[in-house]
Amino acid sequence: MSDLEIQAGLGRAPRAPRTARASRRFGVAEVLAGLFALFLVTAALFPTLVAPGDPLGIDPLSAFQTPSPAHWFGTDESGRDIYTRVSHGTGSSLLIGTLATLIGLGLGLVLGTLAGMLGPVVDFTVNRFLEVLFAFPGLLLALLFILIFGPGVATATVAVGLATAPGYARIIRGQLLSVRSSAFVEAATVLGRSPGQLLVRHILPNTLAPLFVLGTLGIGQAIVWASALSYLGLGAAPPAAEWGAMLSAGRTYIGSAWWMSFFPGLFIVLTAVSATALGRGIERRMRHA
Amino acid sequence: MSGELGVGLGGLGSPEAAGVTDATAVRVRNLVVGFGPQGDADPVLNGVSFEVAPGECLAIVGESGSGKSVTARSLLGLAGDTAWVRADELSLAGSDVRGLSEQHWRRRRGRDVGLVLQDALVSLDPLRPVGREIADSLRLHTRLGAAARHARVLEVLHQVGLPDAANQMRKRSGELSGGQRQRALIAAAIALDPPLLIADEPTTALDVTVQAQILELLASLKRAGTGILLISHDLAVVGRIADRIAVLSEGHIVEQGPAQEVLTRPEHPVTRQMLAAIPVDKPRGLRLSPRAAAPVPPASTSSAFASPAPPAFVSPAPPAPPAFADHADRAANRDIVLEAAGLVKRFTRPDGSEQLAVDGVSFRLERGTTLGIVGESGSGKTTTARLVLALTRPDAGEVRVLGQPFSAAAEKQRRLLRPRLGAVYQDALSSFDPRLSVEQVLRDAVGGAAGRGRRGGAPGSGDTSGSGGSAPTAASTTASTTAADRLRVLELLDAVGLPPGLLGRRPLSLSGGQRQRVSIARALASDPQILICDEPVSSLDVTVQAQVLDLLDDLQRELGLSLLFISHDLGVIQHVSDQVAVMLDGRIVETGAAARVFAAPQHPYTQALLGAVPRLGF
Amino acid sequence: MAEVGRAAPVVRTARVVLGRLGGAVFVLWMVATLTFFAIRLIPGDPAEAILGGPGSQTSPEALAAVRAEYGLDQPVFVQYLAQLARLATGDLGRSYSLNQDVAPLLLGQLGGTLLLAVLALAVAWLLALGLATWSTRGGRFAWYLGSGLEIVAAALPHFWLATVLIVLFSVWLGWLPPISTSGVSGLVLPVLTLAVPLAGFLGQIMRESLLTALESPFVLSARARGEGERGVRWVHVIRHASLPAISLSGWAFGSLISGAVVVETIFARPGLGRTLLTAVTVRDVPVVVGAVLIVAVGYILMTLLTDLAQRIADPRLRAR
Repeated sequence: MSDLEIQAGLGRAPRAPRTARASRRFGVAEVLAGLFALFLVTAALFPTLVAPGDPLGIDPLSAFQTPSPAHWFGTDESGRDIYTRVSHGTGSSLLIGTLATLIGLGLGLVLGTLAGMLGPVVDFTVNRFLEVLFAFPGLLLALLFILIFGPGVATATVAVGLATAPGYARIIRGQLLSVRSSAFVEAATVLGRSPGQLLVRHILPNTLAPLFVLGTLGIGQAIVWASALSYLGLGAAPPAAEWGAMLSAGRTYIGSAWWMSFFPGLFIVLTAVSATALGRGIERRMRHA
Repeated sequence: MSGELGVGLGGLGSPEAAGVTDATAVRVRNLVVGFGPQGDADPVLNGVSFEVAPGECLAIVGESGSGKSVTARSLLGLAGDTAWVRADELSLAGSDVRGLSEQHWRRRRGRDVGLVLQDALVSLDPLRPVGREIADSLRLHTRLGAAARHARVLEVLHQVGLPDAANQMRKRSGELSGGQRQRALIAAAIALDPPLLIADEPTTALDVTVQAQILELLASLKRAGTGILLISHDLAVVGRIADRIAVLSEGHIVEQGPAQEVLTRPEHPVTRQMLAAIPVDKPRGLRLSPRAAAPVPPASTSSAFASPAPPAFVSPAPPAPPAFADHADRAANRDIVLEAAGLVKRFTRPDGSEQLAVDGVSFRLERGTTLGIVGESGSGKTTTARLVLALTRPDAGEVRVLGQPFSAAAEKQRRLLRPRLGAVYQDALSSFDPRLSVEQVLRDAVGGAAGRGRRGGAPGSGDTSGSGGSAPTAASTTASTTAADRLRVLELLDAVGLPPGLLGRRPLSLSGGQRQRVSIARALASDPQILICDEPVSSLDVTVQAQVLDLLDDLQRELGLSLLFISHDLGVIQHVSDQVAVMLDGRIVETGAAARVFAAPQHPYTQALLGAVPRLGF
Repeated sequence: MAEVGRAAPVVRTARVVLGRLGGAVFVLWMVATLTFFAIRLIPGDPAEAILGGPGSQTSPEALAAVRAEYGLDQPVFVQYLAQLARLATGDLGRSYSLNQDVAPLLLGQLGGTLLLAVLALAVAWLLALGLATWSTRGGRFAWYLGSGLEIVAAALPHFWLATVLIVLFSVWLGWLPPISTSGVSGLVLPVLTLAVPLAGFLGQIMRESLLTALESPFVLSARARGEGERGVRWVHVIRHASLPAISLSGWAFGSLISGAVVVETIFARPGLGRTLLTAVTVRDVPVVVGAVLIVAVGYILMTLLTDLAQRIADPRLRAR
């Protein structure tokens, strides 16, 4: 099991108390998550649009200011505006999360497809391999990777991607196998479809469609993990305006300037929650469409 | 034992009920139940009235969505948090239960009324031994000690005819057979000997022989003085034990009366339609459903309505058929389209042991006829269907289609033959790609057929003049192919009696009957000569089942189809088959002409099966 | 259906257990192999790393001595076999940075981490079960609040939650120490930090299975026998709700160990996680490999136990 498999499993069976009709409409949570995601994408692409200031601009006179109308999220030890830094950090955090997810998804796709398509021998081998990878639970695989290739943003990104790959692989394999043995693929076989036609018309679309949901759920998780590595000093390093690195920098002043740690972390949490809400929402819509 | 106590407790809530010596187990007058806002114009149950006396069985019969189960639950105060319940009278064991608090309801449930649900596998807690489930009502309603409870559990298990009760009570529902656990479920409901037993589809999940035993058990409880409210979709089943029948339709009781009256002289059209739809003892070719959506002009069908009594059906010949339907004609045309010889299929269980799912099955299907394969669950009939469709490889034996090797051929060769075989499955919904609309499903089927089957040279046998005739000349351009495909899709939809408006819908949003029609349309897309139908009507309401069976019959005549029809339902098999094969434990134990097998069964198992079939005979 | 040679339940269970044990040994062997060869990918000379990294001035003689001591002059395959032989006897090698044997070093740290993990798991279960139970019976508002809380909790990164808890309970309220002292009060914040996100996941799972169980026919049957709300929950539903959460124990273990790396670092608490992080930072290969192997063994043991626990809790599995 991986975080992702749990998330994906939960998304698959959305339940609300006796409101079957509500599942077709957008929920409040989904709208809020969507708005926040919109803000994040804007901040990532055009950071000056949401925060015109300079994220690295030092102003020692206004160091350690508490949150106020002038500095919404306060300022840090060098007087840099936290809100500006958090907004400008969105780009790198999202980029790291997205890249890590793409790496994980890509590796998972290769392994899962191999296992699901190439017959029982390959399936058995890949499965054993995945079992071995699962014996490095959580961050362990990422830590091992960083031990070998040294710390840094790039290695941290790849490490997170690598650590999430087994989860993706198992989901994709399961999906592939269940679609391949599904009644509708059998029905198409009975109609006289060739293996190629089955693959293109039925198997691939039905296997790949859920990947979008998986990816959405996964980005949230990947951002959390990548910022954890940054926080531990193994990923992006201060003064970079990456959320995990900012938290790490704020650690020293935890007793006096809580806002330095609080707001970057809040953005991580909100991003992960939004990703979950959106992923589940998309899942539900696909199911009921 | 509990009657007086019930009155006493009920008296707390409703003084007028105390002291009344009312013999009825349940009395309901003008029951209205809704799930919308109070005073909703469209309640689920609208003015239902009935009563059940001790030692009497009232059957409430209706199709899905008629409000049967809500009725049962309302009598237990379990209609749900969102439901509102109103009634002019609602009394259990003689005392009013309207407006009871949840706490007071709890004291009534299990003591004044017991409930038996459909499938004991999930209606008894699968994690707890059945003995403890049965003892629960004793624990909740009496002060009996553990030893006394144990003794009562044994006693009541004995009463429901569960042998070796002392051992069986330690098992969980999953470890018992279907019949055993249904008995245990009934035991749990009658542990306190309630004056009323509500049985909601108590035999629907069971094989026909087990169903007969359970019905007999309910009948014996009735004789012992329990009032039984039997809820079912199946008039033939309730005919076995009901004293009175109430027919429920869209929240109203449309007809209520003595069982014999209702079954032999039905007054309401709904009842008539349901009775006409029952396939048991109705000869081949006789229509089961009203005409409305039929694609072929009727020969003579009004008789199905006018005289529902079975004896009238024995003599008349089937309606005058067009080309293929005549039995003599079929017999003369000894042309084998599908042949299975010595099929064997083994499965390995997870623990490594082997199971023979199909064990030496052979049969032949003649052109234009129907071969019915009947068997109970686990008899291997579905595996046989999969072997015939070459979805799984036989361990021994062979399937030949139109005289050519099919199971033994390589898939590439087989694909040329596949368009000759159409298939209709029990669960139509799961046989459609969930991403595709009805139109896409049918277009896929038509497109593939056009690419290989129809233009491949093999001549279609039917009258698919529409595209079959016009397509070849224009086949070179994709535009006209698309247009021809579209025409063909509309034609198929029309053939199965569906409006073109459904084309854009997803199968998920269709009704069960509509889905099965789409599934049949898909099977017909390649102009097949053979249709393999695996339990095609098992999950449908009886009137919808009748429409689908009639549709298949019409299509068979019209297109000269040969049908391999697989079902657990002897009534259905009897109605649709020319030849019958009876399966038991992976083997065909009896085979022959349908008329002969049903009139004079040779094998003891066939005899037992036939004896167990619920029929309307009196 | 013809029954052909079906084994007795005891034999079946024994066969399953033996099979799982065999699988576990295989996975362990592969884990050791994978780490051994992965370590070869580290750029630079291991002997130099032992002597203080590439920057340090080391004489060729010293390097040769280290190579001979650690067997680095042998062919890779011989080294691999020697490594397996050492691992089989419980020898995890010697730390580069601490000049200490790895096995006793890590085993000494294991206790504190396990205590943390076990406490966190217990708290997470209680929180999850409580929240799921409350939110499935308190009406629609409770349902939305409960599921919202669970989603947020599951998204909380340990490092941020720890920070918030420290600010709240140590800096502002002054109730609890910000670093993990040996007493009970020092355990509260680390345990909460680990437990809350885990409870978010477990709670979502439990709510799903709770709802499924509550809607199942056997609950209707029980209610029809006169069982009350409490009885339905304690006699029937809770066991069904727990089954899927039990099956997640292996994952929960991994998640707790990952969390321990962060939590032990923040709360300055000695333990396996913190040792592992320090070793990664200073690239002390034997310590990292040793810790990874110990966690892998723990994970495998946990999945074995989970399997057995499931077979005990769910009789339906035993029949298979």
